[in-house]
Amino acid sequence: MKFYRSHIILGMDTPSLLAGAKGVRDTLEKELKAKKIENEIRIVETGSLGYHGVSMIVYPEGVTYTGITASDVKELVEEHLIKGRPVRRLMAEDNSQKDICAGQQERLLDGQVRIVLKNAGSIDPENISEYIAKDGYMALGKVLAENTPKDVIDIVKDSELRGRGGAAFPTGKKWEFTYNTESCQKYVICNADEGEPGTFKDRLIMEGDPHALLEAMAICGYAIGADKGFIYVRGEYSLSIERVKKAIKDAEALNLLGKNILNSDFSFEIEVCLGGGAYVCGEETALIESIEGKRGEPRLKPPYPPVCGLFGKPTIVNNVETFANIPQIILNGGEWFKKLGVQGSAGTKVFTILGDINEKGLIEVPMGITLKEVFENIAKGTRSGKKVKFAHIGGSSGNIVPFKDFDIKLDLNTLASSDLTHGSGVILFVSEDIHINDYLKSIAKFFQHESCGKCTPCREGTFRIYQFMEKLNRNQAKKSDIAKMKDLCMVMKKASFCGLGQAAVNPFIDAMRHFEKEMMEGVKEGER
Amino acid sequence: MACECGNCIDYSVLERIIEESRGKEGILINVLHSAQEHYGALTPDIQKKIAEGLNIPLSQVYGTVTFYHFFTMVPKGKYVIKICTGTACYVRGANKLVESFADKLNVEVGGTTSDGLFSLETVRCVGACSLAPVVTVNDVDIYKRVTPKEIDGIIEGYRQKEAE
Repeated sequence: MKFYRSHIILGMDTPSLLAGAKGVRDTLEKELKAKKIENEIRIVETGSLGYHGVSMIVYPEGVTYTGITASDVKELVEEHLIKGRPVRRLMAEDNSQKDICAGQQERLLDGQVRIVLKNAGSIDPENISEYIAKDGYMALGKVLAENTPKDVIDIVKDSELRGRGGAAFPTGKKWEFTYNTESCQKYVICNADEGEPGTFKDRLIMEGDPHALLEAMAICGYAIGADKGFIYVRGEYSLSIERVKKAIKDAEALNLLGKNILNSDFSFEIEVCLGGGAYVCGEETALIESIEGKRGEPRLKPPYPPVCGLFGKPTIVNNVETFANIPQIILNGGEWFKKLGVQGSAGTKVFTILGDINEKGLIEVPMGITLKEVFENIAKGTRSGKKVKFAHIGGSSGNIVPFKDFDIKLDLNTLASSDLTHGSGVILFVSEDIHINDYLKSIAKFFQHESCGKCTPCREGTFRIYQFMEKLNRNQAKKSDIAKMKDLCMVMKKASFCGLGQAAVNPFIDAMRHFEKEMMEGVKEGER
Repeated sequence: MACECGNCIDYSVLERIIEESRGKEGILINVLHSAQEHYGALTPDIQKKIAEGLNIPLSQVYGTVTFYHFFTMVPKGKYVIKICTGTACYVRGANKLVESFADKLNVEVGGTTSDGLFSLETVRCVGACSLAPVVTVNDVDIYKRVTPKEIDGIIEGYRQKEAE
């Protein structure tokens, strides 16, 4: 094996590519060649390192650089790689002040724990050997050799893992329902139609550690008795699609997917399906319709997919992040998983943190951390220096939490008891210079556009909300409009056919609760 | 076989795509993706061929094509300009960009310029919220923190590229 004195781990996920990662890599290659050290230093492309902007880690020192542009590369090569002096001005804030050897480890001390993102950013996602070297496919081997399907379901039930897509349904129970439904054919579907504005955790999991997802789906297939899986990926996610497809091919070549996996009786194949850019297809039954080649309109529930799903057969639909937890749960046991997090809300949660903050990016934290801790310790306050006004958690259809309520714990039970939701796992911090009416208008427009049109409360309601927000922004609203809005929101929440319409009103209800006075500024002069 | 007259569209690729997919369950969306990738748009003729080839009602094919934003029935311009209107971009002025682009190109959102060079679209979050507002061209060229002032330069750049 070839020896390299340094390894540069370069994040090549989509946000990094958008920020210019390709240019950085090309310049880096050129510089290394120019200095004739291309045989001493290896560039490894990996998934998200959890920072915003182009980031890299240089090993063995473990120094993390963020916000690199192509013009910084020359300095990095000359200073760090040739002279051995790390370039402090480019170092990530969390390790520039500390012992430089600490590197990535230090970042974990900010309160993060990585299970789902264990490998993202430390292995080459396009190389199956690197995943295997990190105990990859060991969980699959273990269940095939030692466990009955019932055992697997018991382990997952023990772990108290709950769905990470938004509804937080206990995963083990869902698997058990499907296991108990008798059928000649069952299916496993991974919901990777991530369409919430601001959310890209699933994409980064797929781009950073695609094999973990495949392994988990195969384990699920074994547990419920399915031999076919689908990954429904948003059509715009071209890099995810490419990486997942390559991962499937590599796994098939090693007999980790396909017929008689590892010489057992179990066979499992996975197919990638492309979404067509419809937000509603994140709803599980709409997604199933879409895989069947139809318009992505939701179905009436019950029957739920575990009983009657894809092509009328029992089907598991789980989110990418939910699946990504499975191999670690199998290897370490349910008890281990339960100990992370808090009572009734086991494990960790991946969030993308955004908005007016200093440290944007992808984080994984134990359940039960407070919003304030995320804001102060991980996001490190607002970038503009202005006061933070509210956090919008869970994507567009999530909840607006004003600053005074930042002490809330981000675990499923606490959130549910306050009538809040994790949603898709995005936290957007908004500072006080953004007017609530302007902010809500952009959300209203999104839902008006994305309502699939099947049911009246959602189709007409999202349209009326948008009209109302337009009026508020032109200072043309009447006082009675606000009361009408409240009624409309209640109707939509109760009467919409699927989660889209039911949840679309969340930010509006919250805003009317916490920011009514500010919203009233949009009411006509003299009517307030 | 392809016609030699030069006006007819060569459907042999479409026929191959359909042939490979026939008999598989729920294959329609994948066929539509492949067909659009090759032909640029899913014209009524293409939809008819797909419906016949896969033995599903034309109404279902049409219903599916019009449901998803990704599919288009008219060919798009050579350069597809997409403006992100996700929440983060919106609060940083994406709607002003949409107006300016529409004004400068003299097309509406979803339209294509008469010379077939530019299409103007808005997209949901592209996942680069720290670079907001973001504009992408053909999903390859990325412009970050765009202001209305820069728009002329962006458009002119592509016009020049074409002229060369």
